Amino acid sequence: MGALQSSPGQPEYVDLKEKTGFSFSQIRVLHKRFKLLSHNGETLKRDHFNSIPDLACNPIRSQIIEAFFDRRNFRQNGEGPVDEIHFEEFLMVMSHFKAPSPRMIEERESVRREKLRFIFNMHDTDNDGTITLEEYRHVIDELLSLSEALEKDTAKSIADAAMLEVASTSMGHMEPDEFYEGITFEHFLKLLKGFEIELKMNVHFSMMDTPTFCK
Amino acid sequence: MQRCGYVHLWLLGPVLLIFLISGVTKVKGDVAHQEPHPKQPSELKSNQTEHGHGSSAITGIPVVAFKWHHVETPYVIALWILVACVGKLVIESNHHVTNIIPESALLICFGFVLGGIIWGADGVQTFTLTPNVFFFYLLPQIILDAGYSMPNKLFFSNMGAILIYAVIGTCWNAASLGLSLWGCHMGGAMGDLDIGLLQYLLFGSLIAAVDPVAVIAVFEQVHVNEVLFILVFGESLLNDGVTVVLFNVFDAFVSLGGPQIDAVEIIKGIISFFVVAFGGSLVGFVFGLLISFLTRGTKNIQIIEPGFVFVLGYLSYLTAEMLSLSAILSIVFCGMCCQKYINTNMDERSVTTVRYVMKVLANGSETIIFVFLGISAIDKTIWVWNTGFILLTLFFIFIYRFIGVFFLTWILNRYRLVRVEFIDQLIMSYGGLRGAVAYGLATMLDENKIKEKNLMVCTSLIVVYFTVILQGITMKPLVNWLKVKRAAVTDITLVEKLQNKVFDHMLVAIEDISGQIGHNYMRDKWNHFEEKWMSRILMKPSARKSRDYVFNVFHQLNLKDAMSYVEEGERRGSLEFIRNETAIIDFKKKFGDDFSEVMPDITADTSADHSAMSSMRRDPVPSISLEMHEQTMNGMRESEDINTHHLLQQHLYKGRKQHRHRYSRSHFDTNKDENEVQEIFQRTMRSRLESFKSTKMGVAPPKAISKHPKKDQQQKMPNGKSRDKSKTNYSGDEDFEFSEGGNASGYEASGHSFPMRVTYRAGAGIENPAFMPDLDPLAPVQTPLWLSESEMDSSRVAPSQRAQVRLPRGPSDLRRLAPPRISTRSDDSFLQADVPLTPPPPATPPPPPYHYDGSM
Repeated sequence: MGALQSSPGQPEYVDLKEKTGFSFSQIRVLHKRFKLLSHNGETLKRDHFNSIPDLACNPIRSQIIEAFFDRRNFRQNGEGPVDEIHFEEFLMVMSHFKAPSPRMIEERESVRREKLRFIFNMHDTDNDGTITLEEYRHVIDELLSLSEALEKDTAKSIADAAMLEVASTSMGHMEPDEFYEGITFEHFLKLLKGFEIELKMNVHFSMMDTPTFCK
Repeated sequence: MQRCGYVHLWLLGPVLLIFLISGVTKVKGDVAHQEPHPKQPSELKSNQTEHGHGSSAITGIPVVAFKWHHVETPYVIALWILVACVGKLVIESNHHVTNIIPESALLICFGFVLGGIIWGADGVQTFTLTPNVFFFYLLPQIILDAGYSMPNKLFFSNMGAILIYAVIGTCWNAASLGLSLWGCHMGGAMGDLDIGLLQYLLFGSLIAAVDPVAVIAVFEQVHVNEVLFILVFGESLLNDGVTVVLFNVFDAFVSLGGPQIDAVEIIKGIISFFVVAFGGSLVGFVFGLLISFLTRGTKNIQIIEPGFVFVLGYLSYLTAEMLSLSAILSIVFCGMCCQKYINTNMDERSVTTVRYVMKVLANGSETIIFVFLGISAIDKTIWVWNTGFILLTLFFIFIYRFIGVFFLTWILNRYRLVRVEFIDQLIMSYGGLRGAVAYGLATMLDENKIKEKNLMVCTSLIVVYFTVILQGITMKPLVNWLKVKRAAVTDITLVEKLQNKVFDHMLVAIEDISGQIGHNYMRDKWNHFEEKWMSRILMKPSARKSRDYVFNVFHQLNLKDAMSYVEEGERRGSLEFIRNETAIIDFKKKFGDDFSEVMPDITADTSADHSAMSSMRRDPVPSISLEMHEQTMNGMRESEDINTHHLLQQHLYKGRKQHRHRYSRSHFDTNKDENEVQEIFQRTMRSRLESFKSTKMGVAPPKAISKHPKKDQQQKMPNGKSRDKSKTNYSGDEDFEFSEGGNASGYEASGHSFPMRVTYRAGAGIENPAFMPDLDPLAPVQTPLWLSESEMDSSRVAPSQRAQVRLPRGPSDLRRLAPPRISTRSDDSFLQADVPLTPPPPATPPPPPYHYDGSM
């Protein structure tokens, strides 16, 4: 609906709209934000993200930021980290959080896969297709890093417990000498089956004025 | 309706009771009306005999006096409660019926029958639902329960939609109904009625609101998806504020009369809406905080904790009522605010009590409300039939509800991330049930001002019956037929919870990055604020620590595992279990030794532990327990090392102290006589053990041998670094002992990547890992118990040194770090009971039996 009201005045957005599925107004909002974050520059660097004040108290900040610099999230079959991103890539990453279109029902499964893939990639830092215990511990560790009551060991054992649970649900019976390598994407999909991520992993990108909160 | 006939058969039982009551009624009737019924003696006869010799005149010293009037009121009340509950019991005893017809509808029918009987006996309806009773004694607990068990996160994330439906939707319903009826009246559809426009609007406002009681009753039997549920439910709770205001405003307008109403009055009406709604919520909020704050300080007198919740909850209702604010909103918010804090502040048993009592009260008053709604109908005096008015009301209510919901949803869907689907909208419209609130408000109307009060009362009754019975019955088939998305029955898995958490943070981060102020952002800010200030003030410091959500899940899973492990073992009594049991017992013994050195009264705690475990207690101090357990493990590993041993004791001692402190009263020993409880407990345990033993003896001792080698795996490691490894070590499962070679190398290689192995499956039975860790370390020390009788001993001793290489089993066991503490303790009793029966282990340093003897 937003698209109808906004005049497609900026031709450069047409291309982006095609690629990301954002409406013009959303693109415009995000572009404004992008410029603001990058101090009117062409690219965003990690430092720019680190200086967002609201982000500072987010326990998994570093993972989120990494996700913005991860080629896997650019929908271009690349992999490995980059140092800076342009607006297009920024938009690509953001598009993972796009609200589903009304006809989502048909493509529900693919939307779901795509969103879960984003999270999976976030956890799978070395990009080997599995979330190993080590990686998972790291996640939990960060997650709990803000609650001072829990010690490091706690995080570790929670991660271990979760991993054990994964192993037993996804592998079922295992032979004694089998090892569970880590969570593969397929397992990941299966694990979060009951989790309506396609309905939840959405952010409104349409609010226009947020002047007070832009630094 | 055949089924209904069936139900009536079932109702015969309670009908007997009803005779008792009608007898009571009769007595009352006599007093009230001074008109004796001819039938009375025969009916009363049975009761009279029951009541004793009351009827005979007593002239001398009354040995036994029949003082009916002395107890009349409370007696009648208690009898009614009994009748309603028996009615419910009977209704619920037949699931074929309740599957088709919702309970609320059946209760109303039951009320019809009761009402008919009373009417038949009395000729007048003595018992009706009066607004006073309804609003002061029946409604509050239902609403408090609703607020207390409200899923806050869900509620607040749909807050916008709920408010829209509750405020605009209700106003729309009221206005459209009033105006349409008035229009029809003008058009001559209803004949000669003395109702003006304002009175129509007043009627519209009282009947407009969706009723929380009816909605809860119907929807809890139809498990629709949570968003749909919260929309209907939230709306039904929040629209009370609107109803109250509309009702009061129109009531005032009616009193003022048309000409007096000017713009000022209307503006005052609008202002009063905000005052009533927000004021009511604020009162509830304040009382909620007060409850939280009070429960913070009840460490020493936990028994009164639940009292605070109920009394203050009720006070918040009354206070709001006193200030003529919205009482329902007040008590809803009171419940919602305090739930989080009181659940962490209070002792687990108090929490259970609160939950349970709330359910009992809410359920009871819901039952009574419906029964009385039925009874109230059987009263000739209220029935004024006006076909046009009644049918048009039904029709308009139904139609305007649909129009309102669809229109509002259409608007909302433009802004919602997740659209409310068409089918959900249908159900939402169809779920617009009216209930006792409407009836209560209708009976509150002033007959002098509103000439047609009785017509309104009976119309609202018909609307209630229509919506609760007809729509209630058809709701379920409709939900099935439309394939409405149901609530997913999900088991909590740790991974899911963790991902949920990750997910929340991620959304917040994205909103931060994109500079949006979405509701994730708001929630995050609120959480921070809440964490920083409110928790600090309102929560016990100790509770605050353990409150972490992920950790709780983790912990609960652990407990569940531990329990299912024990149950499984008991159930099958198989070799597997025996084998493990031996090990556990060993563990116990070992532990017992440690404890007993420090704490002679170990057994007292045991019983407490047991109860705690059975109630799935959340560990109050999880981090400590974890820590302690690790220490324990380390200690075991180097059981020879005195320093560690000492350390271990220290920790155990501490943990136990804390533990005892928190758990000091097990739920069944409020008498505080721990010895007594403990003795019973031990006796039970002993007999259980006895039975185990017999099974065990019947079967040849398992080749438990395999397990022993593993114990050797404990490497002597420097204390400090062992943490990590300790986890991986103790997990070894006996069954797999022989695979060690391969594993060992694997371990070396995998170093930190911790290959995982799911070991427990092989044993088929007991694989609950929770206990496994304990087994191994202990085994070397004490294993023999019965095994010692068999060949075990030799094998046990020898292999121990090779353990070094043994492969850690990886994280697989780790999950259960925390629980063993609790679970193992709970088993202490096994140990204790058992020890005397088994020969003391040959080689171990501390002779275990002696402590136990003492405790026995």
